[in-house]
Amino acid sequence: MTGTLLYGGAIGLVIIGLYAIVARRHLMRNIFGLAVMESGVNLLLASVGYRPGGHAPILVAGAAPGPLVDPIPQALVLTAIVIGFGVLALALALVVRVRQAYGTLDNRAVARRLRAENGEARS
Amino acid sequence: MKSAGGYAPARIRGHERNHGKTVASVLFLGGLGLMLFELISAVPFGSAPMQVGQAIAGEAFARTGADNIVTAILLGYRGLDTLGEVTILFTAAAAAGMVLAGAGRGEAQGQEAGFIFRTAAWMLFPFLLVLGAYIIIHGHLTPGGGFQGGAILAAAFFTPLLASPASPFNHRVAILVEGFAGLVFVVIGLAGLAKGAFLTQLLGTGTPGALLSAGSLPVLYVAIGLKVGSELAGLMARVFGEGSARS
Repeated sequence: MTGTLLYGGAIGLVIIGLYAIVARRHLMRNIFGLAVMESGVNLLLASVGYRPGGHAPILVAGAAPGPLVDPIPQALVLTAIVIGFGVLALALALVVRVRQAYGTLDNRAVARRLRAENGEARS
Repeated sequence: MKSAGGYAPARIRGHERNHGKTVASVLFLGGLGLMLFELISAVPFGSAPMQVGQAIAGEAFARTGADNIVTAILLGYRGLDTLGEVTILFTAAAAAGMVLAGAGRGEAQGQEAGFIFRTAAWMLFPFLLVLGAYIIIHGHLTPGGGFQGGAILAAAFFTPLLASPASPFNHRVAILVEGFAGLVFVVIGLAGLAKGAFLTQLLGTGTPGALLSAGSLPVLYVAIGLKVGSELAGLMARVFGEGSARS
């Protein structure tokens, strides 16, 4: 039951994020979608490491307080969060520049402008 | 003044929107979700598909002396990967700085926040510093470490900037701290070469649970904390400064 909830929730977050990326036009919402998708992936990884009755993988003065959950997915999620922050910050910086250059945050309008500019450059 | 067409994507022209495409993407996402769920439910929840996790949990303390096994993995087993991770963060910060560099400092800075926020930001500053430092130096004993504590350090410097955007942020000092911390990490790694390999743990494992234990791991985490803190603070100051300058 818990497993279905966690796995379903994680995949649901990934799907919601992907939907926001492909179907929304506002660039900020695309980026929020990226962040939501990333939390889904992190939730999935962390829940794969679950063990029944497991404790957090932290010893008390060198002795385990009981069975431990898998520490490796947790270390990977820690890495993934940091990388995700870097990606998010870079994306936000690019959005600031897009807004300055085109005066809009509508990704289709930006794409149209880009196509028009490239066409002019080619002809 | 915001121009009308600026922020809001055209709701007005909603009629031209391609509904077929939206329906198709929803169907696609639903199918993808179902497929992923079927795939994952083949791995029973709570089972151990990998043996390596339990093996590491069993021997990590004896080899590194760190109570926090996640820290032992991050710095003891995969220290080189963590160096790469810090490098990725550095690259992202440098790229964001480059993207925003041509924008030029805006003359119109963002609005000054209210009295309560401004006062609270400066009152919080020392406490955030202490909390960040505590989380960083106890990274090998308790939950937390360089990345988490570094984020809190960055928040300590960034909150006053949010409260009064006109106050200066010294990018030069941030870059110096960041470079120094990166240098410390690499030098400790190179010193490990004398004992066999890059980033071999130095100084023995020490007393279990003591603050000064786990050899060179706490030093590495302090370096990471300083590096992450200065990087994040500089990055956010840059994005926020440029963003508020032009809107």
